[in-house]
Amino acid sequence: MSTSIEQSSAAPDTSAPSPNPLGGHEKQAPWVPWAMFGAAAVVALGFLLLTGWNVVLFVIYTVVLGTLGTYVLSRVTEGSRKAVDRLVTCLVVSAFGIAMVPLVSLVYEVVRRGAERFDGEFFTASLQGVIGPGGGAYHALMGTLIITLLTTLISVPIGLMTAIYLVEYGSGRLKRSITFLVDVMTGIPSIVAGLFAYALFVLIFGPGVRLGIMGAVALSVLMIPVVVRSAEEVLKLVPNELREAAYALGVPKWRTILKVVIPTAIAGLATGVTLAIARVIGETAPLLITVGITNALNFNAFDGRMATLPVYAYYQLTQPGVPPENAIDRAWTAALVLIMLVMGLNVVARLISRLFAPKTSR
Amino acid sequence: MAKRIDVSDLDIYYGNFKAVEGVNLSIEPRSITALIGPSGCGKSTFLRSLNRMHEVIPGARVEGKVVIEGQDLYGSDVDPVDVRRQIGMVFQRPNPFPTMSIYDNVAAGLRLNAKKTSKSDMDDLVERSLKGANLWTEVKDRLSRPGSGLSGGQQQRLCIARAIAVQPEVLLMDEPCSALDPISTLAVEDLMMELKEQFTIVIVTHNMQQAARVSETTGFFNLNGVGQPGRLIEYNPTEKIFSNPDEKATEDYISGRFG
Ligand SMILES: Nc1ncnc2c1ncn2[C@@H]1O[C@H](COP(=O)(O)OP(=O)(O)OP(=O)(O)O)[C@@H](O)[C@H]1O
Ligand SMILES: [Mg+2]
Repeated sequence: MSTSIEQSSAAPDTSAPSPNPLGGHEKQAPWVPWAMFGAAAVVALGFLLLTGWNVVLFVIYTVVLGTLGTYVLSRVTEGSRKAVDRLVTCLVVSAFGIAMVPLVSLVYEVVRRGAERFDGEFFTASLQGVIGPGGGAYHALMGTLIITLLTTLISVPIGLMTAIYLVEYGSGRLKRSITFLVDVMTGIPSIVAGLFAYALFVLIFGPGVRLGIMGAVALSVLMIPVVVRSAEEVLKLVPNELREAAYALGVPKWRTILKVVIPTAIAGLATGVTLAIARVIGETAPLLITVGITNALNFNAFDGRMATLPVYAYYQLTQPGVPPENAIDRAWTAALVLIMLVMGLNVVARLISRLFAPKTSR
Repeated sequence: MAKRIDVSDLDIYYGNFKAVEGVNLSIEPRSITALIGPSGCGKSTFLRSLNRMHEVIPGARVEGKVVIEGQDLYGSDVDPVDVRRQIGMVFQRPNPFPTMSIYDNVAAGLRLNAKKTSKSDMDDLVERSLKGANLWTEVKDRLSRPGSGLSGGQQQRLCIARAIAVQPEVLLMDEPCSALDPISTLAVEDLMMELKEQFTIVIVTHNMQQAARVSETTGFFNLNGVGQPGRLIEYNPTEKIFSNPDEKATEDYISGRFG
């Protein structure tokens, strides 16, 4: 291995290191590291052709050889400081690449298998009376949208007002205990949130109850702390000088918050809310207990079971019936739609923060 | 409309730290009073205690008396919001509202207090205030652009326009000209001379010539050492302060033989 490095590093090393007037070394051309990785790939390829082909090993060999080669070459031609810089760059990029592997393969797999049933019928039909092929997830998509909307309607006012209290009014023990409780809520397992909502509604309606609003309550337990945390951070960023400017004009505190603090922070607040929605839209466990599943369309969150995309995917996958392929395809498409919803929300969040941001920076 | 301010035995604290100690003075109506002194001696702190902006800072409090036209500013039945409506303030650092246009910034005092004003009255007021702050010619073609897009000095004049638009009875100005060029500085000084016909003005400045030019009365603050509270060393007519001060410290400071 060591010989191959020296060989490949010897190739571009034709120009001898010549000190420049500042006493440093000649700067490497930008293509040199790429060439180094190309050489490493060739070496890895040759090695693997001898020992047996394997994609994973090929990538690993290329990265390791390329990194070492770049480091050594840079150390010889550019000096140790530059070499360490290049080494760290290689390591950081590799780490990023490793982090991307699960994401890319996940998206690839979901798109590949979800594309099968990504058709008009999927978005217009429910599963009512469907046995075998066909059918769709219109009812589950609607259920997810309705329940998420209700969750947002519950969580945003509560979360926002809590954050405003913490930043603008709170002090002392009450503030500290609320912050602590919000932190605890952030860590609540989602199944516990579901059990909480179930227990709450059983107290009122008796056992066996399943309602869309129960799911919204369960999801709110998960969403409120996320909204509080993000809104708190954003509100803290509003400079105190703006509040003082308003106070000095004789504006009462509540109007200052309403007319100065919130408009200044609106971009961050909206972004935070959107990301919080994205966070809960794919929750499965709490909806499994509180909302259940149905094959029929149900727009009424206050009456009976509703289908939701994650729970739909779960049941299509675990109880596919015979033959299983149709249901499994539908499960993948439901997963694809869910991922698209989350990505869409992320895009919306970015658009919002760009749209609402103060027009010129200070 | 202008009001007289009497301060007696005023101590100002940040938590346990006593920032200003034992201030006694009375500020005449329809006059300009200048406050001078080295950095950190408590000029801003004192100024902020005159319109109850000081207590906005957590843990900050005041002991002693501030009486405005016979009314105790820190009386239990006094609403700080009402106080600030009568006593306007321009801050050391410009702080226009970043979400508002230039026009809206000037109109903010009325708009934020939900005062119903007709469009033409508001236009007049904005124009008058911007002219007063010597900013009108520079911004009259871009009134709908954001206020935070102006230069630092323009922003400061915008803040002055915003403060005078609500027509307070007392105007507190904390180094309003520290970011301004000489021309704008002169304009602001002219403005102050004009405003003092109706208002009481208190100004903090590091510029001795400015204090000498515009003020009738000058107060010199100093502190004995780091961590010690600032004190009002001398409070006298400006002429006397700059020609024949009572205190040696004042003379040293003014003539630059300080520290
Ligand atoms: N928010 C605050 N919290 C705690 N201490 C403060 C605060 N603001 C000011 N101080 C302290 O109070 C003292 C007086 O500060 P102040 O800002 O009034 O000085 P100043 O005379 O206005 O100085 P400068 O001329 O530099 O503006 C200083 O020791 C300062 O450290
Ligand atoms: Mg100051």
